[in-house]
Amino acid sequence: MIRSEILKEIAPILRSQLVVCNIGIPSQELHAIDDQPTNFYMLGTMGLASSIGLGLALAQPKPVIVIDGDGSILTNLGTLPTIGNNAPGNYILMIIDNGSYGSTGDQPTYTSQSTDLAGMARAAGCARVVEVQDKDTGPALEEALASGEATVLVVKCDSGNAKMPVITMDPVVIRDRFMKAVAG
Amino acid sequence: MNIDKRIADDLAANGVSFVTTVPCKQLAGVIEEIDHRDDIFHIPSNKEDEGMGLCAGAWMGGKRPAIIMQNTAIGVTINALATLIQYYRMPLPMLISYRGELREPVACQVEMAVHTKALLAQLNIPAYHFHWQKDVEELDNILKYTFMCNKPVAILTDANFWGGYGDQ
Ligand SMILES: Cc1ncc(C[n+]2csc(CCOP(=O)(O)OP(=O)(O)O)c2C)c(N)n1
Ligand SMILES: [Mg+2]
Repeated sequence: MIRSEILKEIAPILRSQLVVCNIGIPSQELHAIDDQPTNFYMLGTMGLASSIGLGLALAQPKPVIVIDGDGSILTNLGTLPTIGNNAPGNYILMIIDNGSYGSTGDQPTYTSQSTDLAGMARAAGCARVVEVQDKDTGPALEEALASGEATVLVVKCDSGNAKMPVITMDPVVIRDRFMKAVAG
Repeated sequence: MNIDKRIADDLAANGVSFVTTVPCKQLAGVIEEIDHRDDIFHIPSNKEDEGMGLCAGAWMGGKRPAIIMQNTAIGVTINALATLIQYYRMPLPMLISYRGELREPVACQVEMAVHTKALLAQLNIPAYHFHWQKDVEELDNILKYTFMCNKPVAILTDANFWGGYGDQ
């Protein structure tokens, strides 16, 4: 499965949750599949989805699901120790590990070779780290929500992108409706 | 006056309850003060752009954030400032040690100091320079201004403000 197929499958789970979504095609796909005011789309700033989601989870009690990418985690690796030492039970970091920089044309990342993100998360102090194959994402995400524990979910899948339109919504509109959904 | 306590008090009085930091020698006292307080949650970050992500999330979650960092970090946060904090229009007070200014003992620090105000100006980030300890009296107004306009705002605090290093 590729990222967009996973997103389609888990859209009913994501719909009622606060979601912070990674830059580029992941956000375009989520936006096209099921745009919700509870989705915060990153239009830039590669690497910071996991940090934004962590700040959000620490600031309020609702569950927060971050949809991140292997490339973005690798570019902000310092996030894993911060998560490992601070993440509250309402924080779920779901890393779509397609072994590539998908948005920029599927150039391979080091997770397609020897690098193991789940192992790195564990070494960074993350207690609940789960690695699954693409088709098992839905149940693993439901379990993470039910566990009430901070979870790093590494989803191994194929590289590839669906052709979706660019998000043209103004960033302040994305942010404002998201904040209203957070507070609502 | 205990300058570290004064700064933390002003942050707390303005509702700032979420602070992320990357240390600088000059900031050691204020970081320690913030770490000890019950009314401010302190989360150290490993890199300042990561810290800005944490602050953005905390603000969207209803908390008033701040970041405490060294001016060298301007070099690692320009993208986060432009494409996250400014693009989504979020408030972010940045208490910055202004290394490489008067009374600086380490020559390398001057190399980023000479770019600091120019980079902030290029980004249209309001910047205030605290040189004398009494300049801290402006902090309360700066914090109110930051949360009024939803912008990142820089407070540059040089070695003279912190009382030098005792050896110059
Ligand atoms: C600082 C910076 N460098 C490079 C880019 C270009 N870029 C945008 S998305 C992306 C790939 C992200 O890969 P990953 O997080 O694995 O997500 P995927 O698209 O594979 O799901 C890159 C390299 C950028 N936006 N910012
Ligand atoms: Mg990827």
